[in-house]
Amino acid sequence: MSTRLSKGGRLIDRATSLSFSFNGKPMHGFAGDTLASALLGAGQSLLGRSFKYHRPRGLVGSGAEEPNALVSMGRNARFEPDQRTTTTELFAGAELKSQNHWPSLNTDIGEINDKFSKFLPAGFYYKTFMGPRAAWKHLYEPIIRHSAGLGAAPKEADPDRYEQAYTYADVLVVGGGVAGLAAALKHGAAGKRVWLVEQTAHWGGRTPVDGGQIDGLDPQAWVDQTLTRLKAMPNVTLRTRFMAAGLHDHGYVIGYESVGETAPDSGKPRHRLWRMRVGLTITATGAIERPLAFAGNDVPGVMLASAVRDYVVNWAVSPGDRTVIVTNNDDAYRTALALTEAGLTVPAIIDARDSAIGELPELARAKGIRVLEGRGIARALGRKSVTGVQICAQAGEGGAVEDIACDCVAMSGGWSPVVHLWSHCGGKLTWDDSHAMFRPDPDRPPLGDQGQAMVQAVGAANGMLQLQDVMAEANVPAFAEAEAAMSAVWLMPAGAGEALKAKAFLDFQNDVKVSDVQLAAREGFESVEHTKRYTTLGMATDQGKLSNINGLAILSDALGQPIPATGTTTFRPPYTPISLGAVTAEAKGDLFQPLRRTPIQSWHEAHHAHWEPVGQWRRPYTYPRGEETHRDSVNREILNTRENVGLLDASTLGKILVKGPDAGKFLDMLYTNMMSTLKVGKCRYGLMCNENGFLMDDGVVARLSEDSFLVHTTSGGAEHIHGWMEDWLQCEWWDWKVYTANLTEAFAQIAVVGPKARMILERLGGMDVSADAFPFMAWQEGELGGIPVRVFRISFSGELSYEIAAPASRGLELWEVLVDAGSDLGVMPYGTEALHVMRAEKGFIMIGDETDGTVIPQDLNLNWAISKKKADFLGKRAQERSYLANPDRWKLVGLETLDGSVLPDGSHAPLDGFNANGQRLLQGRVTSTYYSPTVKKGIAMALVHRGPDRIGEEIAFQGENGMVACRIVDQVFYDTEGAKQNV
Amino acid sequence: MLILTCPYCGIRAEETELHAGGEAHLKRFGPGASDAEFETYLFARKNPKGVHFERWRHSAGCGKWFLAARCTATLEVFGTYSAQTTQPPKHILDAIKAKRPNWEGLV
Repeated sequence: MSTRLSKGGRLIDRATSLSFSFNGKPMHGFAGDTLASALLGAGQSLLGRSFKYHRPRGLVGSGAEEPNALVSMGRNARFEPDQRTTTTELFAGAELKSQNHWPSLNTDIGEINDKFSKFLPAGFYYKTFMGPRAAWKHLYEPIIRHSAGLGAAPKEADPDRYEQAYTYADVLVVGGGVAGLAAALKHGAAGKRVWLVEQTAHWGGRTPVDGGQIDGLDPQAWVDQTLTRLKAMPNVTLRTRFMAAGLHDHGYVIGYESVGETAPDSGKPRHRLWRMRVGLTITATGAIERPLAFAGNDVPGVMLASAVRDYVVNWAVSPGDRTVIVTNNDDAYRTALALTEAGLTVPAIIDARDSAIGELPELARAKGIRVLEGRGIARALGRKSVTGVQICAQAGEGGAVEDIACDCVAMSGGWSPVVHLWSHCGGKLTWDDSHAMFRPDPDRPPLGDQGQAMVQAVGAANGMLQLQDVMAEANVPAFAEAEAAMSAVWLMPAGAGEALKAKAFLDFQNDVKVSDVQLAAREGFESVEHTKRYTTLGMATDQGKLSNINGLAILSDALGQPIPATGTTTFRPPYTPISLGAVTAEAKGDLFQPLRRTPIQSWHEAHHAHWEPVGQWRRPYTYPRGEETHRDSVNREILNTRENVGLLDASTLGKILVKGPDAGKFLDMLYTNMMSTLKVGKCRYGLMCNENGFLMDDGVVARLSEDSFLVHTTSGGAEHIHGWMEDWLQCEWWDWKVYTANLTEAFAQIAVVGPKARMILERLGGMDVSADAFPFMAWQEGELGGIPVRVFRISFSGELSYEIAAPASRGLELWEVLVDAGSDLGVMPYGTEALHVMRAEKGFIMIGDETDGTVIPQDLNLNWAISKKKADFLGKRAQERSYLANPDRWKLVGLETLDGSVLPDGSHAPLDGFNANGQRLLQGRVTSTYYSPTVKKGIAMALVHRGPDRIGEEIAFQGENGMVACRIVDQVFYDTEGAKQNV
Repeated sequence: MLILTCPYCGIRAEETELHAGGEAHLKRFGPGASDAEFETYLFARKNPKGVHFERWRHSAGCGKWFLAARCTATLEVFGTYSAQTTQPPKHILDAIKAKRPNWEGLV
């Protein structure tokens, strides 16, 4: 059983005891503990259940590589699943819960999956998909959903604060071990702006645990001395608890800093996400030890040799009283020495190599430790904790030669450099046969914008696994015990049969075994990327940290090819998971995106507008009065506008000035109709198509002078259309003399609409607005009530209508003057819904309702607005294509329901029969549908196959409850002659 | 997140300031063009692994469109230049050939 040792522990402060709980049980740890060391020190080695087979699991590692020890932490709004115990620091009051079991950690019903594991091999999900459909729905899916998954999702909003920050560095050194410290020192001394970041809370990395000597000093003393020198450099920034999550194009690095994580109520942000632009990134990210693949290598108590050493030396935690070491290299002997030093027992070191004669094995022998050569572990014994190991010949099939009792197994299969950051942006790897590992290929680094290498790997991350080699790179003398050659061991024993291989885990987190990868190879998954997805090897947080090389080796062996021929899977950011809170940071709620306000917004707010989002604007949908429903208030606004007069805030309308000698010629290319012939003082409605011929935007153009036009676009389209104009002017017709300016926010615009509209304007005075002086489709500039205005006589409702533009700063004043002047005429504001209903009553189209990016103007019976005289306009050639010129298309018509009801939006008209995909044939769909208070029934517009040829025909559309009989009618439901707008 | 230097305002602009506009040096075909020409203009785009010419707009900066020559495989940027040209200028072609001697040229 694991326990806290009475002395030692370089990272803990025994004077500061911290209490926490695990599954409700009170426990104690020390300041400096990780959750993992605290749990292990409190005797808790069983920490969770595995993902698929619900096997009991404990700690394997001591850092970012840990696959098993994920816990839920906190409660209520601060509840969070899948917290990694090895990288989270202990804090007072931490509440931890184990995951993935029912009813309890010790007694888990899901454990039955393990008994049936041979029925749940690689790809079993896909295989069950093949079964009868009913079995999938009623049998497989409920079982899988219940048993799979890790942890539960929190149910309340996160109360913590997160933030983001930006910075620049000439050199970013990732990893605060001795290699990183040396690199930071070198570049800091050269005057570079250096950031040195370390993901844990401590500097020095592994070396203070592993020992040796640097520049004549004990490693910790060298680390302290170097830190002192770095801190004295104003150009060097040092950060711990800072993980470089990803390295992206041209030196863009995402950093993830833990700030207030262990002090939840301190007011500090919990995490900070950094966006860094870096000249040269130096990866000093170290290496991760590999597990060995033997049966039962996942039983709690079987750990990486380096992790066992870390727990003993860093935190004075003994993972077990009797630890068997199993290895294929010399480094693991350091664990045996550290355990002996701490007074713990090492019954045997099982070395898979035929002979172990290096400096470190000799030191172990000198301590009286038994070293078995050419041996392996046939299987680890025990279920919820390891109770012993069966020893066999490594070269054999697993026949046990001896059982050794133990409560901990420290395994080492060699080391893999952490190449994630190097690989994120295209850095290539090379296979190092002597250490059986991939390391960065210095000849093929990721490149920056000038083609320069933007990443450099140093230390263990560069494949330097011995201290003297690491420091030699930095020109610092150092030494440690020389290590003899390792020997690659991918399966233990080499001839293990099916029963052993089915319990030899490669990926602990995803429950992938040697047998699964071999099965995938047999089933034809030759690509490593396919095998990864089929077996889930290296998915989730692992991202190749522990499982990668072992899995590749097994796959390569099964495919009969060398490991470099198999290659690696893609390393994807983030290196370790980052919180969604940090990704979002302040960009939520009111700050999610900017809100654009019209000059009249405050009036709408004061008059209880119900809002509708339109792009980044919010427009009043309607202005309900008292207890009025929205439907009632919309109907009131429509009837009042048709009978009296209404006001609409149309300030969001796009307003683009197009000016220059070639402005007319340019607009003739942009619009389907002719704009160059428009007379000064007049307005014309126009359509814009894209080069595919599809209708993109519409609006009214006013000719302000011989060389200037004011283009009105849809509310949502202003920025896009302005960009569209600039694209053509800058990139295609750059010799045309045209200037554009987006004036959308410079003007407030108010539509005064209804039979009494003219009366209000007359009362304001200052402009002759009579029918003779100011006809339909004309505009005038002048003053109304002392306010400078430009007035357009245009109508989107079918009523007498003036759209008045005023400088934005006078907009609210103008609105209030209009409200006052019309108070006895029944003036009322109306919102966007009334606008929509009134335009639909008139059969006017709305971009985004009648169009969806596949509709041409001809489909909407707008041929009158398409010039036949012009040689060219954007979209003209496209509309000549056979399938667009074909009259056999869905075209716009009106629909009346026979029972007067309102059709659902988007409703389809089915036809008998099915298409080749088994989908029902259709002959039309509704594009706009409303209750019209004016004609007192449901009205709709629809695109119907050959619709205009079928006026008067009955057609059935899908309703809320069954089919609804409709009659195809003309799309204009109100004032067909257009008499009311032209008075 | 690419960095491209805007040739108009001279700023080393970060990708969030820029708007990508697809392949550069397309020839527009309008009325009178054959179906094949028009189809090529609308839909056929190069997707090379290597040297590529692209349109970018400094949309959150000076608002100007410009063109960039870069390597789609290594993300190396050979240069940026005015959008008001139908062919890459000589200094851009020279910069590419200096680093990619085997490049077959813009075809």
